[in-house]
Amino acid sequence: MSMAMVRGEPYEALPHDLYIPPDALEVFLETFEGPLDLLLYLIRRQNLDILDIPIARITDQYMQYVELISERRLALAADYLVMAAMLAEIKARMLMPRPSTGDDEDDPDPRAELVRRLREYEQFRVAGERLDEQPRVNRDVFPARAAHSTVAVSRPAPALALDELFQAFATVMARADLNTHHAVRRDALSVRERMTETLARLRRERFVPLTELLDPREGRAGVVVTFLAILELLKDALLDIDQREAFAPLYLRARGRDDAGAEWP
Amino acid sequence: MSDPSPPTAEVIIEAALLAAGTPLDIPQLQALFGDDPPDRAAVEAALTRLDAQLAGRGVELCRVAGGWRLQVPTRCAPWVTRLWEEKPARYSRAVLETLAIIAYRQPVTRAEIEAIRGVPPSTAIMQTLQERGWIRVAGHRDSPGRPAVYATTRDFLDHFNLGSLNELPTLTDAAEQESE
Repeated sequence: MSMAMVRGEPYEALPHDLYIPPDALEVFLETFEGPLDLLLYLIRRQNLDILDIPIARITDQYMQYVELISERRLALAADYLVMAAMLAEIKARMLMPRPSTGDDEDDPDPRAELVRRLREYEQFRVAGERLDEQPRVNRDVFPARAAHSTVAVSRPAPALALDELFQAFATVMARADLNTHHAVRRDALSVRERMTETLARLRRERFVPLTELLDPREGRAGVVVTFLAILELLKDALLDIDQREAFAPLYLRARGRDDAGAEWP
Repeated sequence: MSDPSPPTAEVIIEAALLAAGTPLDIPQLQALFGDDPPDRAAVEAALTRLDAQLAGRGVELCRVAGGWRLQVPTRCAPWVTRLWEEKPARYSRAVLETLAIIAYRQPVTRAEIEAIRGVPPSTAIMQTLQERGWIRVAGHRDSPGRPAVYATTRDFLDHFNLGSLNELPTLTDAAEQESE
């Protein structure tokens, strides 16, 4: 059998030069969803009555497509061959003379089963299209959703657990212990003075990490004084202390600066 | 206005449906009201009032299998979809036909799907449908090989805007339609 008919001329083989894009045929054949779909296409294209299929004609046309499919060794070929066998059998039974005696019940139209299957398939092909037309979420309808009021626009600074503050202090203290040999002048350590120094530094530099204020080189006493100063400043509401998330560095900021609304680092 | 009156039942239901973003059923709506929940009829009446209030708006009340859902209506889709650059997924004919067979003929085996379509449903198609949560294995038929039978899920109904399988478009015979 020929590969295809071009202007009535049978083609025995595909031309050697690249005349049909090699994938074009496969793309065309793969648009069919199986042998029933192909048969329906042939019937509908020619406006044939599905209840009175000219079986010889349709079988010939069908076989031309199957030849193409087999040539291209498409994986689908097996399903198409089963249908080809069914068509050939129906064609043979149609050609055989039908006994005129006996009632019709015992002698159904050989095409009946094929017609039943074609109609059933067509039903679901239409049903699939209808299902596609059905309003679908995120294509035709969109679930409405409003933000909860708990998801507030303003983002309050996370609450700071006091024990984290002390933990940071303890860490610096531990490091200060390594510097105990450092000589410290007793009279230099005034909490009030340290408060002023700290506040001044905080006014100069916007955000200062706590660990930078607590300088282990000052020794244990120095760190304690600074820490007391910070607690005093906190109590007097002169500075803010903030932490982005758990275990993140603690930052200090002087209150009352004109950039009070600035983002924490 | 120092003491604003408390919100009405339909306002509370509207707020809850907006906050949930997924369908809520009547018991879930009743539970909103705490220790003294309104009865089913009262909730349904509130839903009816809410539905009427939303007429002509950019949001509508829709009954789906999972309960009640607030959604942007279909008529607004052409504009709303411009929010997203990517087009929603298109499903192939194979996927839609397979899904239609399962929806109308459930519970069905793969062999029964094959009998109708003339080709076996590919593993990829069945996987796609299961991953989308639209079909599930509903059991196993007591026949040789104990094949799995497939059925559609509530998510399928919700996704296709259906309250129940009865709301599926009627299965029509294309040949009959043409001859009419």
